[in-house]
Amino acid sequence: MNPRSGVFGRAGRVLVVLTILLVSLSGGLAAQEASAPPPAQEAEAEAQMQVVAQPAPVPEPAADEAEDEYRADYDALIEEQGQYAYAFDFFTISMVWTVIAAGLVFIMHLGFATLETGLTQSKNTVNILFKNMFIVCIGLLTYAVWGFNSHYPGDFNGFFALGSAIGDLNADGGSTFGYGGVALAMTGYGDFIFQAMFAATAATIVSGAVAERVKLLPFLIFATLLVGLAYPWIGSWHWGGGWMGGLNDGNGFKDFAGSAVVHAFGGFAALACVLLLGPRHGKYVDGQIRPIQGHNMGLAAIGVFLLWFGWYGFNGGSVLSASPGPLGLVFTTTSLAAAAGGVSAAVVSWVFLKKPDLSMGLNGILAGLVGITANADIVSAMSAIVIGLIAGVIVFASVLLLDRAKIDDPVGAISVHGACGVWGILACALFDNTGGGLTIVGQFIGVLAVGGSAFLFSLIVFGILKAAMGVRVSAEEEAEGLDYGEHGMEAYPHFQTAREM
Amino acid sequence: MKLIKSIVRPNKVDEVRDALEKLSIPGMTVTEVRGHGRQKGHTAIYRGKEYNVSLLPKVEIEVVVADAVADEVIAAIITAARTGEIGDGRVFITPVEHSYNIRTGERDI
Repeated sequence: MNPRSGVFGRAGRVLVVLTILLVSLSGGLAAQEASAPPPAQEAEAEAQMQVVAQPAPVPEPAADEAEDEYRADYDALIEEQGQYAYAFDFFTISMVWTVIAAGLVFIMHLGFATLETGLTQSKNTVNILFKNMFIVCIGLLTYAVWGFNSHYPGDFNGFFALGSAIGDLNADGGSTFGYGGVALAMTGYGDFIFQAMFAATAATIVSGAVAERVKLLPFLIFATLLVGLAYPWIGSWHWGGGWMGGLNDGNGFKDFAGSAVVHAFGGFAALACVLLLGPRHGKYVDGQIRPIQGHNMGLAAIGVFLLWFGWYGFNGGSVLSASPGPLGLVFTTTSLAAAAGGVSAAVVSWVFLKKPDLSMGLNGILAGLVGITANADIVSAMSAIVIGLIAGVIVFASVLLLDRAKIDDPVGAISVHGACGVWGILACALFDNTGGGLTIVGQFIGVLAVGGSAFLFSLIVFGILKAAMGVRVSAEEEAEGLDYGEHGMEAYPHFQTAREM
Repeated sequence: MKLIKSIVRPNKVDEVRDALEKLSIPGMTVTEVRGHGRQKGHTAIYRGKEYNVSLLPKVEIEVVVADAVADEVIAAIITAARTGEIGDGRVFITPVEHSYNIRTGERDI
């Protein structure tokens, strides 16, 4: 550290960067406000309407040639929307929000990577990161070549639809408001990329639970099949318009952003794998539970904050438009549930375990987030707090109970995503304030179907892999660390010389 | 020459270094270690499970000094590192045959 850094030391540099960001942001916002068009007017209701509805009374084109040129481009842009030109502003803003949300959901992978790294041992860090890196990549690829069309097949038998590669999603009005109207105010590609980011998050839940002893290749094969086949298949039952639309006496299953189809799905798949895999060596010895500590609480905390940040896209983007009412509500309920979950898990761990446990508090935040994911748009702010508080207690109890049952989950994935995913689904029926006709039974059937199917799928596929090639590394490799055994690499090389030692 | 190996509490390292500087001892080697003497460990807790931590973090400071000043140095280290509680550490003395300066190649006595 340079003792002469003075005011331009680390803190000073951060301050300067933040100031620059703040100034550019305000400048950008001011510029945007200045150029925002006036509110749109209703288009005439005529079938063969050819004239493009203007957003507002416009002045005569100036004699200036440059302005005419821009004018023509802009008019052409509006004309591409055809009969939907009237919704251009709302559509554009909604689409922008959608792609930003897709980017936020992507950030969750960074969160998963750092959280799992922090909660496991340093000798397995490369392995954990490799799995996380691979899953996001393979998730996007499989969703493009199969998943999207299997997930959202349109008209189908309600149970299974074959997938296929995506074509030109801008075609046939796919780049206009007509793609999905107010309920799905984005282009076909926007829809695809937002959903594609979700797919990989479901599979990555498993990677934490099987950490530190799973063999790499069978896991990668399993994860590919889970995200490639099972996720869109099971997801089509609900979001794809499948049979779960008949639940709750025809009112349909409620799962706003995926407590069931993403989180419970991943959590119960993880449970199946962990049961087949067995616990880490030395975890349960002579009837005792031995702690195997994570090597970096800093990374774990960073991971949870990133996940919370990304969740604004996960839940916020699931509004599927920029509709202001639901958007503000969802951001509020999501935040309050996360906060409540963190507090309740921290307090409960303090009371029952004598000391406040950071990793429990972090898991509590995630528990609250998972719990609100199903119902963020149909509950009140106060209900969101209650949902989060209860989720924090559930995750605490689940972590301890799983350990007592000798089910080894290094990061608490099964508890956060499986147990609290179920809670989030049931909470829909308990806290719905929109009169959506949800019942506990209906919701329970739905989450049982989703979680149970994920569990069965994983049991079968991972079981086959176990029989065919084994899914667990040798005891020696587990002791030495998977980084060296599976990757021939160290995450934290110690003494190193330029030449090979 | 004597090798004076001191194992002290991590928060006492600065005081020991100041004491050595006052006596014009120019060089030292410092290592982070874990261990214990009679000091009992403490109970930690991780995700609901208690466990015992008995290998406690300490810092090892090694200096090599001439025989004539060894006693003075030892006394200064002990004074600087002492808190009066169990776990203050220990000082070990071993004889050193020779000491060479790598830059000049000289052998000190």
